[in-house]
Amino acid sequence: MKSLAITIESVHKAYGSYVALDDVSLDIQAGEFLTLLGPSGSGKTTLLMALAGFVRPDSGKLLLGDRDITRLPPNKRDIGIVFQNYALFPHMNVLANVAYPLVLRKIPRAEARQRALDTLARVKLDGLAERNVAALSGGQRQRVALARAIVFEPRVMLMDEPLSALDKNLRETMQYEIRRLHDHLRITTIYVTHDQREALIMSDRIAVMNSGRIQQIDTPQRIYDRPSTRFVAEFMGEANIVAPGSARRIDGAEPSRETLMIRAESFHLDAKLVGGNGVALEGILRAKAFRGENWLLTLALDGGQEVLVCIPAALAGGCAELAAGQRMTAYAPAAKVHAIPGATA
Amino acid sequence: MTVVRDPALAADARRERRFFLSLSLPALFIVGLAAILPILWIIRQSFLTTAGEYTVGNYQKVLSSGLTWSALVTTLELSLGTLAACILLGTPLALALASVRPRVANVLMAFVMLPLWTSILVRTYGWLVLLRRDGLINAALTGSGLTAEPLPLVYNFTGTLIGMVHYMLPLFLLPVYAAMRDIDPNLIRAAASMGATLRQVIRTVILPLSAGGIFSGSIIVLIYAIGFFITPAVLGGGKVNPLSTRIERTLSTFQDWGSASVLGILLLVLMALIGVMLLAARRLVAQNTVEAPHA
Repeated sequence: MKSLAITIESVHKAYGSYVALDDVSLDIQAGEFLTLLGPSGSGKTTLLMALAGFVRPDSGKLLLGDRDITRLPPNKRDIGIVFQNYALFPHMNVLANVAYPLVLRKIPRAEARQRALDTLARVKLDGLAERNVAALSGGQRQRVALARAIVFEPRVMLMDEPLSALDKNLRETMQYEIRRLHDHLRITTIYVTHDQREALIMSDRIAVMNSGRIQQIDTPQRIYDRPSTRFVAEFMGEANIVAPGSARRIDGAEPSRETLMIRAESFHLDAKLVGGNGVALEGILRAKAFRGENWLLTLALDGGQEVLVCIPAALAGGCAELAAGQRMTAYAPAAKVHAIPGATA
Repeated sequence: MTVVRDPALAADARRERRFFLSLSLPALFIVGLAAILPILWIIRQSFLTTAGEYTVGNYQKVLSSGLTWSALVTTLELSLGTLAACILLGTPLALALASVRPRVANVLMAFVMLPLWTSILVRTYGWLVLLRRDGLINAALTGSGLTAEPLPLVYNFTGTLIGMVHYMLPLFLLPVYAAMRDIDPNLIRAAASMGATLRQVIRTVILPLSAGGIFSGSIIVLIYAIGFFITPAVLGGGKVNPLSTRIERTLSTFQDWGSASVLGILLLVLMALIGVMLLAARRLVAQNTVEAPHA
């Protein structure tokens, strides 16, 4: 099975005055696992549906490998899709659901059956082949949907928030399993989610979307540590955007002139752990909360801005004794301080 | 583990159930009065002579008459013909309505429902105007040279069928449309993404999932069609005589309540037989669709 690269060339889609996709271009390599991450209404599902052929772009081009699929009907695209609500056929049992794409391809019954059974075993659903779809749990339905999308060996897979209906533990198990399946099959995969943790865990690269545009496309680590816009920084977790003039170098008095992004968990309370080229933030402790694995401190800087400081419980020797209203300083190492380009005031 | 039940709470639950059941009493009372009593009365009537004595003569007379059997055949032909036309015309129409945007579908639906707001008598005579030898349709056909002679469209089986289909189609359409609207659009997308053509999507997904609606629509059509009277009486021109017009003739011309009652019972038996057949058909469909589709 040969998976294909996907090329999206300045795709535009508007519904009346609402712009769903605003000049989106994206290259996905063959065999890559790319996640479209963004809040609802950011255009990520529209982009996925355009690739699937269910949304017709106003302009732009879509390519699978070097084949232009922009005007190809959905049933000719050879793309496996896992839908958010699974979209299993309620009038067929598990085996019939999984064998459906094979039967459409006129594969002999015995072979179709065997391939469907093999695929069910691959997603750990052995023994449920004759089961009615309605009798399955959410996680099992998810696996059937997955099996049905890979059984016909598509060259590209699209997944639209496939885990959003599952509870937390099951979701985490499925994240690893989908990723393992991908590592094994190496089908080019585009995965849509609004859950940033899920995106970080699963992806080769993440494309963060907002208001129909791609904000940044990069590896999970770079997206997290080196966000290129304020939106990306804030969407990816507890980020503090520190205005120019509020922070200073530990070994200097000069305040910084850039807008800095410092994650809550990057802070230390002990300057010795940080190094002279680190950054110091001074202010008054407004509130503190114990969250089990860490303490969350809210620090009001002298400029009035509030900063979240997250100290791991194992290192937070003094946190229990801190009192609200007390003046204190939080330190962050230089490697964890990121100047947001273009955001300088 | 045994659960201790509080008798007061159990009594509350019983009272609640009883209250909700009691809501059905007025309707049950009317149905009982207006349906079951007359049926019992008809059954009794069918065993009485005009003088009021017990007899099985009515049955002998009616069942040995060739007119009865030809009326039965006509009833079946009209009902099944109407049903077939409704399925053939109504299913694609429902599919079309279900696939357009809901706003547009509502407008189109209003047009489909429009005939239902008109009296059936008015509509039947309306068809007479359209279908007559010198009616609009024949005038158009001969005027444009499509046919040399006017077509015999009315006062026969064809005219009766046209009138009946016109009446039944909206009734058939409603449940089928509702069933098709209920189908999750993602199912259709999923089928397409796996390679199904539109034709395959219709056969393997849409039709099996709207079978319940088609079934309900068929029952409604058959219930109406089997006892349909006005349309055969007006558009049949005396040449189309299903059981309903035979009953009317037996009563109005011969005042033979006994024979009319026997015919009525025949109609009931026919209905029951068709009901049983439909139920069996549905069970068969339900069993078959669980298997893999043959594409």
